[in-house]
Amino acid sequence: HHFSPDIRKVVQILEQNAREILTVLQSVHQPSGFKEIPSKCARARELFCTVRTQLADLKTKFPVEQYYRFHEHWRFVLQRLAFLSAFVVYLESETLVTREEVAQILGIEVVREKGFHLDVEDYLAGVLIMASELSRLAVNSVTAGDYSRPLRISNFINELDSGFRLLNLKNDPLRKRYDGLKYDVKKIEEVVYDLSIRGLAKEPESGVDK
Amino acid sequence: MDCEVNSEGMNKREGEGCPRKNADAVQDRDASANPSSPIIAVFKVFQQELDTKHDKYERLVKISRDVTIESKRTIFLLHRVTSVPNAEDILNEADVKLDAVRQKIGLIAEELRGEDIYQFHRAFTAGIQEYVEAVSFLHYIRHRSLISLEEINARLVFMRTEKVDPKGSDEALPLGAQVLTFHVTPSDYLLGVADLTGELMRMCISSVGNGDIDTPFQLSQFLRQIHDGFSYIGNTGPYEVSKKLHTLRQSLGKVEDACYALRVRGSEIPKHMLADVFSSRTTLLDPEEGVV
Repeated sequence: HHFSPDIRKVVQILEQNAREILTVLQSVHQPSGFKEIPSKCARARELFCTVRTQLADLKTKFPVEQYYRFHEHWRFVLQRLAFLSAFVVYLESETLVTREEVAQILGIEVVREKGFHLDVEDYLAGVLIMASELSRLAVNSVTAGDYSRPLRISNFINELDSGFRLLNLKNDPLRKRYDGLKYDVKKIEEVVYDLSIRGLAKEPESGVDK
Repeated sequence: MDCEVNSEGMNKREGEGCPRKNADAVQDRDASANPSSPIIAVFKVFQQELDTKHDKYERLVKISRDVTIESKRTIFLLHRVTSVPNAEDILNEADVKLDAVRQKIGLIAEELRGEDIYQFHRAFTAGIQEYVEAVSFLHYIRHRSLISLEEINARLVFMRTEKVDPKGSDEALPLGAQVLTFHVTPSDYLLGVADLTGELMRMCISSVGNGDIDTPFQLSQFLRQIHDGFSYIGNTGPYEVSKKLHTLRQSLGKVEDACYALRVRGSEIPKHMLADVFSSRTTLLDPEEGVV
């Protein structure tokens, strides 16, 4: 247990890094922010370099085979970093980041036996946080005059929802977070509905935003 | 499970004043339910991963429950040593019971093979604590001392005969015996010992009722040592230990009161009435210490 103070110090720095990345990405919600999405993603990717360094440092603060003994220390920030990775990848390519890609962005493993890894549940939590962010983005897209983005977000979130329905979740924090997904789905559907009855909805484009 | 599938979900939304063109809605749903979609495919993998983990957790919970039950029964059995002429029979029976419990712990060790034990710790911690309580109780009755964590773990070594993996495993397991160990964590050990003190307190009270006036003094000294050890740890240990410290203080208090009463009044009161002296004190037992 004498590992905890060192772990906490690094986690605090990681949380600070995560806040910085979030600040960069949050600005896409502003009307002026939409054009600057590529540059913001690039900036976020730069900031992830620092995160990789910090996580590499974190790995050294405890015995590698005791990941789950200390997991609670970094669970929150790791989920946020997973969310931020997913968000960046969505903004870049409008696809769902894979667990492997998130691990690559963060410089960690996917398989527990190989070292400090990204748990499947932390990855899924990050994806769900992103779903909330996207429901907000759908709303703000309309305000900014982009009427096609919400439709693409809608298709994407519905697909995510179908995916999550396949999971047999226990009554744990992940399940509670998943329960919030239906509100995101609903919010986005309402946006799409508002657009379609006013004849503003265009055919959803597949792939990258032009 | 989730009751918002298709038509029910749409009805719900229509009821909430958000009608949609039904055709569009169905089209969206069909597209997203497309089984060849990469997202669906990857979530099927997640489903398997999560199911596997949950299944293992559940198996461990079941084994742990068995461990708890058998350990508790052993403890009840051991309490009878104060009231029977031949304690040895009881102790031998307890040995047999605890051997069976150890076999179950071996099953836990098998489930944990290759896993990070802390990922599943909550599934079996209760059972392990109960086992520590039982085995340390037996050890105290026999040796009048506290069993060490090393001694406990030394008996949790299991031999397994391993079949050769037909696919030719990377690990090159030799045909024959394999050693499997289970390590009780220091935290579980402490928590089990903390619970032991409650049983020792009960034993103290009941031994007085049987006219045994030596055991209370021995127990008092022993409990005080344990209590002092826990006090030294104080709040630096796991949270659960701090909680149990409170109960431990109460147990120690009762035992010390018993010794006081014996010292002050023991010579005045006929032995068969000694039990009554303590029944007035023992009515102050808090609910937790009632029948388990």
